[in-house]
Amino acid sequence: MAAPTLDHTDATAAATAIALPAYLDATRDNASLRAFLHGLPGVDQVGVEARVATLGTRSIKSTAKAWAIDKAIGLIDLTTLEGADTPGKVASLCAKARRPDPSDPSCPPTAAVCVYGDLVPYAVEALQGTGIHIAAVATAFPSGRASREVKIADVQDAVRAGADEIDMVIDRGAFLAGRYLDVFDEIIAVKKACGSAHLKVILETGELVTYDNVRRASWLAMLAGGDFIKTSTGKVSPAATLPVTLVMLEAVRDFAGVTGRRIGMKPAGGIKTSKDAIKYLVMINETTGPDWLNPDLFRFGASSLLNDLLQQRHKLRTGHYSGPDYVTVD
Amino acid sequence: MSKAPTAAVGFEYAPAPESRSIVDLRASYGLFINGEFVDGHGSSFKSISPATEEVLAEVAAADAADVDAAVRAARQAYNRTWSRLAPAERGKYLFRIARIVQERARELAVLESLDNGKPIRESRDVDVPLMAAHFFYYAGWADKLSYAGLGPDPKPLGVAAQIIPWNFPLLMLAWKIAPALAAGNTVVLKPAETTPLTALLFAEICQQADLPPGVVNIITGAGETGRALVEHPDVDKIAFTGSTEVGRQIARTAAGSRKKLTLELGGKAANIVFDDAPIDQAVEGIVNGIFFNQGHVCCAGSRLLVQESVAEELISSLQRRLKTLRVGDPLDKNTDVGAINSAEQLARIRELSDVGEEEGAVRWSPPCDLPDRGFWFPPTIFTDVSPAHRIAREEIFGPVLSVLTFRTPDEAVAKANNTPYGLSAGVWSDKGSRILAIASRLRAGVVWANTFNRFDPTSPFGGYKESGYGREGGRHGLAAYLAGNDGEA
Repeated sequence: MAAPTLDHTDATAAATAIALPAYLDATRDNASLRAFLHGLPGVDQVGVEARVATLGTRSIKSTAKAWAIDKAIGLIDLTTLEGADTPGKVASLCAKARRPDPSDPSCPPTAAVCVYGDLVPYAVEALQGTGIHIAAVATAFPSGRASREVKIADVQDAVRAGADEIDMVIDRGAFLAGRYLDVFDEIIAVKKACGSAHLKVILETGELVTYDNVRRASWLAMLAGGDFIKTSTGKVSPAATLPVTLVMLEAVRDFAGVTGRRIGMKPAGGIKTSKDAIKYLVMINETTGPDWLNPDLFRFGASSLLNDLLQQRHKLRTGHYSGPDYVTVD
Repeated sequence: MSKAPTAAVGFEYAPAPESRSIVDLRASYGLFINGEFVDGHGSSFKSISPATEEVLAEVAAADAADVDAAVRAARQAYNRTWSRLAPAERGKYLFRIARIVQERARELAVLESLDNGKPIRESRDVDVPLMAAHFFYYAGWADKLSYAGLGPDPKPLGVAAQIIPWNFPLLMLAWKIAPALAAGNTVVLKPAETTPLTALLFAEICQQADLPPGVVNIITGAGETGRALVEHPDVDKIAFTGSTEVGRQIARTAAGSRKKLTLELGGKAANIVFDDAPIDQAVEGIVNGIFFNQGHVCCAGSRLLVQESVAEELISSLQRRLKTLRVGDPLDKNTDVGAINSAEQLARIRELSDVGEEEGAVRWSPPCDLPDRGFWFPPTIFTDVSPAHRIAREEIFGPVLSVLTFRTPDEAVAKANNTPYGLSAGVWSDKGSRILAIASRLRAGVVWANTFNRFDPTSPFGGYKESGYGREGGRHGLAAYLAGNDGEA
């Protein structure tokens, strides 16, 4: 399959197919896109962090905690993204995704597994008939430093292998240099290459640094047709943080308000404990509203979070902690 | 991939009540005079929980003789111990009190929420930590008074009569007592009639800290007790926080006497939102400005002045945000808005809100279930408010926001300053130069930029115009309790 042509006219045609006529003017050329993104309301850092601190004081106990833990398990993209990944590792990850707690069939499965593109076939085999989604990172993940042809081929390869979700990275270099339209066009091209697969757009907020940039990049990715916006690759520190997630959720909420289109949110990297996960759920509940507490609109990108959730789940049921030896390592 | 959204289930927060058991509530409380609890000779009264109307305790009322005993105890302590103590020793007592406040923080917070009706989240995260911070801050000043900018050897005034309101009982106590003691004065403090209990718990802390008897005296009672206190001839200083009406009476009483006076009175603060403001944070700031402590805040941002070009967007964001406010049990850790402090205050809020509607403003509240018992008022926004409406001019002292619009910076400043009050104001803009330019034209003692209702012991606080005079907090706050070398405070 030939790489798609890369000129802007073609990309805009794709955007029209995704259909946001109200914003065609804003994405006409780089100057218009820049004017639009820089016209978004600013973000006050102190205020965002104060709001996060207040939300963090919500006390989620007893029935609410049990509900939140099961909900969080069902929102996980169980992830392994190591150079050392093998078919065996992926197979055991998939087994864990299907039955996170082998001793308790009432424990919900995770939403998806997330692997590198070349390991997708093993995940497909292991997850057949389960309804668990298979996400592949693509577009020269995690740096995104490759030609567009290579990135598109990376996506096509993963989709062909059976991934139904693609986690792409944006070109942070282009974004920081102010070449917003290049980033926009690339997302459109990737979306097109995804076909029916769902596209998650990783902003790598740890490299965008400011909340203003995070809000602009969120809008950029949503305008370009991303189905989800995602904080991080997990390879850059800081990865997901609560304030960054709040800024992105506000963008998601505002975008839904003006376009009617609901975009998903995925914080990824650094979310390790149930307590953290519940803070994210509280934030969604009070920002975009409870509709987003749903795997179609929210995911956690995490590897170690699941085991902490399982231990907390066990604690709630039995009244005591079981310890790390009672949950599976993979 | 299927996009049919699964049924959204609400995230219901289970009740998360803070335990009351940490508070050892007594059935009745006496007056704290000369280091001991003694009976009062006025007719005692009951302090109730505004959230449930449950009687918490019976509290003694001080009559004129009790007031006299308290002032005499303070005078004696001033003459014999406190003014003679080495300044660093005074500081040690204040540091000790600050540490005990921290140690007993949860107890103080729970009792504050019980007696006042404010959410435990606020008493725990704002009132009590700030109270400790004030004692720590002024403890540090005790032996450095010659650097306060009041001359090389400033002197204490003597006995300070201090009257505090019901909206922040512990915090206002700290604002009054900490600088007075650091400067070498002794005090007689009267907490508000509806919220006396935490001041009496503070009296226990003074005992625990081994503070010399008579340095802090706490007398309870209603307006009569307060009047007897400010009229007492042996009082050198009066510090009052409360309504402008009572402040005027006190100023009349003090006029022509040697008594020094500081007043921190009402407010009708403007919170000005420009079209380039960080909107989401401005919404948070507006909420914090008017719904913090049920709007029982003298510096509350009760008038929202929003630039017309963003008014519609801002108001709809604000309404959406208000729908997430949790109104209810003050002791539940997830409560955002608690109970109105008293039936009397509730009646006033209702009256002024009804007037707002009659005058043609549009009233809006989010749907919220209020408890059957106790004093409750939903968070309320009035739009289409004109500067001539009473709700735009009078202090409501409740969770009621009046929204006005403006078109130019000049109009914003003119409307903001068009009030007899001048306690605080807020400016929201991403443009630093605009913030500085506007702030310098606002006639208000405190101007917050891109935030609201932030307090810090290092920062002076006080009003212009009918909001009173004198400053509390910071180095400036010492001037209220010290006479410079020229004999002037």
